[in-house]
Amino acid sequence: MSNSLFGPLDDVAGDAGHVDHPPRMGFFTDTSVCIGCKACEVACKQWNGVPAGAELDLLGMSHDNTGELGANSWRHVAFIEQAPTSPVDPPADLGMPGMQPPGAATGAETRTDFRWLMASDVCKHCTHAGCLDVCPTGALFRTEFGSVVVQQDICNGCGYCVSGCPYGVIERRPDDGRAQKCTLCYDRLHDGLEPACAKACPTDSIQFGELDELRERAAARVATLHERGETSARLYGHDPDDGVGGNGAFFLLLDEPEVYGLPPDPVVPTRDMARMWGFVCAAAVGFLTAAVGSFVGRGIR
Amino acid sequence: MGSNMAEAHPVAFQWVVEAKARGAKVQHIDPHFTRTSALADAYVPIRAGSDIAFLGGVINHILTEEKYFREYVVAYTNASFLVDERYQDTEDLEGLFSGFDPETASYDQSSWQYESAGSPPEQEDREELSDEAQAHASGAGGAPLAGVTNGIAQDPTLEHPRCVFQVLKRHFARYTPEFVEDVCGTPREQFLAVCAAWTGASGRDRTGALVYSVGWTQHSVGAQYIRAGAIIQLLLGNIGRPGGGILALRGHASIQGCTDIPTLFNLLPGYLPMPSPATPDLAAYVASIRSKKQKGFWYNADAYMVSLLKEYWGEKAQPDNDFCFDYLPRIDGDHGVYRTLMDMVDGKIPGYFLFGQNPAVGMSNGRLARLALAQLDWLVVRDLVMVESATFWQNAPEIETGEIDPAACRTEVFFFPAASHVEKEGTFTQTERMLQWREKAVEPSGDQSSELWFAYHLGRILRERLAASTDDRDRPLIDLSWDYAKEHGHEEELWGEPSAEDVLRRINGYHLDTGEPVGDYRELRADGSTSAGCWIYSGVFRGGVNLSARRGDGPDGKWGWVWPLDRRILYNRASADPEGRPWSEGKKLVWWDEAVGRWVGDDIADFPDDLPPGHVPEAEAVGPAALRGDDAFVLQADGKAWLFAPNGVLDGPLPTHYEPDESPVPNRLHGPRGSPMRRHYSRPANPANPAGDTEVFPFVLTASRLTEHLTAGGMSRWLPFLAELQPELFVEVSPELAAARGLEHNGWCHVITSRTAVQAKVVVTARIRPLRVQQQVVHQVWMPYHFGPGGLATGDVMNDLLGIVADPNVQIQEGKVATCDVRPGPRPTGPALLAYVEDYRRRAGISAGGESS
Repeated sequence: MSNSLFGPLDDVAGDAGHVDHPPRMGFFTDTSVCIGCKACEVACKQWNGVPAGAELDLLGMSHDNTGELGANSWRHVAFIEQAPTSPVDPPADLGMPGMQPPGAATGAETRTDFRWLMASDVCKHCTHAGCLDVCPTGALFRTEFGSVVVQQDICNGCGYCVSGCPYGVIERRPDDGRAQKCTLCYDRLHDGLEPACAKACPTDSIQFGELDELRERAAARVATLHERGETSARLYGHDPDDGVGGNGAFFLLLDEPEVYGLPPDPVVPTRDMARMWGFVCAAAVGFLTAAVGSFVGRGIR
Repeated sequence: MGSNMAEAHPVAFQWVVEAKARGAKVQHIDPHFTRTSALADAYVPIRAGSDIAFLGGVINHILTEEKYFREYVVAYTNASFLVDERYQDTEDLEGLFSGFDPETASYDQSSWQYESAGSPPEQEDREELSDEAQAHASGAGGAPLAGVTNGIAQDPTLEHPRCVFQVLKRHFARYTPEFVEDVCGTPREQFLAVCAAWTGASGRDRTGALVYSVGWTQHSVGAQYIRAGAIIQLLLGNIGRPGGGILALRGHASIQGCTDIPTLFNLLPGYLPMPSPATPDLAAYVASIRSKKQKGFWYNADAYMVSLLKEYWGEKAQPDNDFCFDYLPRIDGDHGVYRTLMDMVDGKIPGYFLFGQNPAVGMSNGRLARLALAQLDWLVVRDLVMVESATFWQNAPEIETGEIDPAACRTEVFFFPAASHVEKEGTFTQTERMLQWREKAVEPSGDQSSELWFAYHLGRILRERLAASTDDRDRPLIDLSWDYAKEHGHEEELWGEPSAEDVLRRINGYHLDTGEPVGDYRELRADGSTSAGCWIYSGVFRGGVNLSARRGDGPDGKWGWVWPLDRRILYNRASADPEGRPWSEGKKLVWWDEAVGRWVGDDIADFPDDLPPGHVPEAEAVGPAALRGDDAFVLQADGKAWLFAPNGVLDGPLPTHYEPDESPVPNRLHGPRGSPMRRHYSRPANPANPAGDTEVFPFVLTASRLTEHLTAGGMSRWLPFLAELQPELFVEVSPELAAARGLEHNGWCHVITSRTAVQAKVVVTARIRPLRVQQQVVHQVWMPYHFGPGGLATGDVMNDLLGIVADPNVQIQEGKVATCDVRPGPRPTGPALLAYVEDYRRRAGISAGGESS
């Protein structure tokens, strides 16, 4: 039996019931070449008709005025400023912005130069997708490309998916209540086109293609960076043994995931489902036994 | 340097990322750490306005450590040429070159000439020109030099004390690493690392590219910044070679086209200068822009000019009327945009056209710009949205202060909606000189029109109205050749769209007898047999094919068309040695093939294609025929690249460090604090912050772009998807400055200069840091300049803070460096704002007359 809920799963689309389906497609986002231009955010909104925000406020989070992924932001570029500690003067504590992701100051001891990390975040299209597993209506489904899409004409706005996602990606749109997230441009894939964000990205930070090939490319890129002395480069979401079975959209990061606002060890909630139901059954059997036992015991005497 | 390429040119930056993937190293030198710095291998801080000190330091390093590419320098530059013995350097005259006249604040350049040149006969005529006219009196093709082909005195060993090489050495001798650290605030290890990286990436086997943008051009010594960069790239042998050169990133899409076929007051198409009153006829004009003895292709400027006149006046332009040369206006002074603004304020200009320009937000001293617009009788604005220049009479800050009264404002504004670039066809010319044809994708939804339609029909109607006139003054307009074809399918419509392709064909030029397009500018003639709207574009329509529409999928695999003659790298003769062999196998580009007797390779040679490398011309040869086989710089009057510039730049043959007009520190190098020739536009509404002030306006202010917005905001602030990405004006301050002034991150503050005060959100960041400059701590602050009252992402106008001081050569404003104060909280509003600024002026000792006491 395949790992339908947890663990490595080779054929995600097949496991979902697709027969004769294309290879699994996904994103490899190489954040080491991201220039923070946000063309991905604009291209996504433009193509998918995602509305602009109602509030026009500076968030005070470096150049990030989008804040986070949500119903109206399916691509979000994070900016993390990392100032080195000066060997001469200790840094003055001026109550620096509290909205920094934790770990924005990590690694300073080993760093001599200022770093500005930029990364375009997106729905991970997990192998084991928490949102998909808990959706009661079937609005969320696994496509033949291995991506996860929410159907707007079925979603009833119950919100279970919001708590099911270990990354905090999916969200309900305030004005109409339905859940929204990146579709991996499902309509464009049908016509053999790449998603809008990948097409718009000028430096090829966002790369789209067959997931297997992307994983090879990513491994080679990490090796190259390590050779050039950029030893902090590592992949995130590439590993089929992780808590969500690996992502359909994985990343090359230059620091710990927490620095980027990403969970270090995301786990799909349904991983524990078998165990949880096991406990429930054991508890039920226990109660039943105790109940029967109390009657039987009386009966014999 | 002087560039934020990743933010201003994100699509072009993909090639930098590609180069990095192949091992290239990127150095980014900037007052603050930007998205470009984030992808650079090294970020190097610098005080805004001190770039010449930095570059001079690099030059000194190259010369002292002998890192120059000697064979290249001797063969292809004027390093060996001897300078006139009357020449005196800034090192001799305490910050001035020889020939300075304090009365006119300008230079007599006769002592800057080569030794064998003598006094050029043209010099007498040029004295009558005003400075502004003189700067472009030679056009951009290289100033005329007399006596050049008769042999210039040279020392190929580069040791003669008056050879250019030695003059250069003496001039930059004091620009040591310690000097750079002291003046620029750049730690010397970082400066030396840049020198090592730059020189290490140059030579026979490697080349390095220099990228600069508006961070270099908007200075009172901007032209000299660029000269300094050119000197470095020439000493290192990087010009004309693959992976080398200077990439001058322009500030707008297709603005390269706006200077090639110019909308500038002092230039004609192809960088021919506008005539001046000193040249009463065509012969005098031609003599003023090229000397009868000079080498190279600029010699044929008469052919380019006559062909242009034929394009303008067609049949009416004949040899016996000087080809209607007299119809051209004469430039007798500074008619640049800032001068024009001043004239508007003074009520001298009744009407103005603004095509895709928003001076109410985009120009220095925005208040002056808006007061100027308020003095017009009529204003025509063509734009995509209702930019502030069209609505100033109802939303300018001067309404609040009471300086403009909407009910009484005399200006009648006519707004014409403009078609966007997808609603019209034509070419874009980008920074790499490439013309790319764009097709019309959609019809405009309403009345939006293209510039071509507007200008053509405006001209048609004006000519109709003047058709019966007998006034000589109307003849230039009546006699214009205005018979452009209409777009296919619209030929019979009176108001039909003119054909952009027909216009391009006429820009390319054609033979008047056959109607055949010219293949390149060498086919143009001075006898009236050819017509061409822009000689450098000749060839884009070679063979009747629109080559700018190529997209790499044709048999030649080429994309677009590059001027001149589709040569992708200018001066690429320099990619081969004097014998015509590539300097190295890895860096070969064009080379001499003896078997076929031509230059061959991976680019079209920027050289007469059958001129052998060893060729020596006859003694009396002139023009292209006077080129030697090693005169790689074919448009220069002497065929060589100029380390030392005897002509063509008004404020000195060599770049010299001067402080910006507003600066908190004195000039450590020599006497004059700022450039003696920088152009002031002194008037009460344009005061300058006092120099050397560390009390009232102690901080250095600089400004540039964000990726998310475009320049004065007309193309971005109205778009929801862009407005939400950068919704508000902010100022970047260092944590140290925030502590000193009590500024809270994401709170309000206001920035003050002697012009006005502007409020902004505070961004406290370590990306901008205080520098130690000449024993002082100098704080720098940075602001984006995109915001105004209109659209969705609104804010104060940052450019209102700047005064107007300009470079004497090109009248570009010093928009990249000023001084200021920063205080917490929002600024006062209404008349209280005026009182607040007046109080600052008083404390700074700036009298009502605008001068500092």
